[in-house]
Amino acid sequence: MSNPVSQAITWLNDPLNWTNPGGVLDRLGEHLVISAGAVGLACLIAWPLGLWLGHRRRGGTAIVVLANITLAIPVLATLTILPLTFLGFGRPAVIVALAIFAVPPLLATAYTGMTEVDPQAREAAIGMGLAPHQVIGRVELPLAVPYLAAGFRTASVQVVATATLAVFVNGGGLGQIIGAGFGLGMVTGGGQILAGGLLVALLALTVEGVLAGAQRLVTPRPMRRRLRVRTGAQPAT
Amino acid sequence: MVAAEQVVAAAGAQPAPVSNPWFSWGYLQANGDRILDALTEHVALTGQAILFAAALGIPLAVLAYRVRPLTGPILASAGVLYTIPALAVFAFIAPYLGIGPRTVIVPLVLYALLVIIRNTLTGLLQVPVEVRDAARGMGYGRWAQLVRIELPLALPGILTGLRLATVATVAMTTIGVVVGHGGLGQLILGGFRNNFFKAEILTGAVLCVALALVLDLVLLAVGRAATPWARRRAAA
Repeated sequence: MSNPVSQAITWLNDPLNWTNPGGVLDRLGEHLVISAGAVGLACLIAWPLGLWLGHRRRGGTAIVVLANITLAIPVLATLTILPLTFLGFGRPAVIVALAIFAVPPLLATAYTGMTEVDPQAREAAIGMGLAPHQVIGRVELPLAVPYLAAGFRTASVQVVATATLAVFVNGGGLGQIIGAGFGLGMVTGGGQILAGGLLVALLALTVEGVLAGAQRLVTPRPMRRRLRVRTGAQPAT
Repeated sequence: MVAAEQVVAAAGAQPAPVSNPWFSWGYLQANGDRILDALTEHVALTGQAILFAAALGIPLAVLAYRVRPLTGPILASAGVLYTIPALAVFAFIAPYLGIGPRTVIVPLVLYALLVIIRNTLTGLLQVPVEVRDAARGMGYGRWAQLVRIELPLALPGILTGLRLATVATVAMTTIGVVVGHGGLGQLILGGFRNNFFKAEILTGAVLCVALALVLDLVLLAVGRAATPWARRRAAA
């Protein structure tokens, strides 16, 4: 019986653990598909709504209330409840559960991005005779893009971290490796638990790094400092 | 987890399918003790995690406030901790701390930490410069200034952090079920594994949300009582 760290290194160095059905590569693919589906679905719902509310400059209180309430709902609950509804078992239910979790940060940043647009730029656009949809499309939306990117990053990192919990409903993903390790018990599974944890943490940090770079690219320099102060991650429940 | 399922089975709590499978008085009556145990464990885990996080986070925020070069590193390291999935943190510490409540509390503390640090720091930074200058002019030392002027004025920020951290921690405590100590998570996952017993799942979930809201209101009331000047100013 060796210590968990060397067990974990042994586990990670076994090529079969990577390529076998249900191995690391399979789980990584599942993890990314689930996460991308959840973030995509959440964007489809949150962005149009947030941009519209932000354009009208009302609805901020409702968004804050919504964000606070969703903070209180355990993801474990949505993950277990949704498969029992019409969604049925399998990937769709997991994706919807995670999407619910990703909507508040996307909604809030879309709304903030629109309301932070300089009123003078808006009025100038209206004064130039642009129709409301042109004001949104040509003036407000481009100025809100850095905020949308910041929200996308927050939501994506949260979802990638939270998708680990899909293991509780056999939903696949990297969490499955940790879950299987716990199933084996601490003595035999300790190494696998640790190896799974390392893989998951590495993926989360990679996604965070890549999206941080992307966010920087789409943010004009004068806006960078302001945004960093405003956007922070939310708990990975 | 196994024990929990046996209790439900032994109590014969799972009724014949009824019109509304999501709610069952019979289940609540037959399993009152078990539900109360889960709730108690949930409150205990959450409470300990928040206390540890506050005891660690507030001094760290004060440190970041006093020693500005440390602000970046402290916020950044708390931010990195935040990115790492809770289940991964379980995985890192479970082989060492074993299967028990301690393993659940550590990740909860780590996650509550960032929220508390960030809000405490924001609160401290909002103390007006004139107030600090006046305190120094009145002969307050660094410690007296911190304890009697700056921290009380930062209290609204600190309490906002505690409230957010508490609500999030209540929700996250549920995943402690992976090491058998998830409080109400025990009911949620127990119901799922116990032939998808919807009444048990919903009981756990609803109690979780209710607990978060109650604790939020308690902290709100504490905050109001602790900062009478804020109300007076608002009323004036």
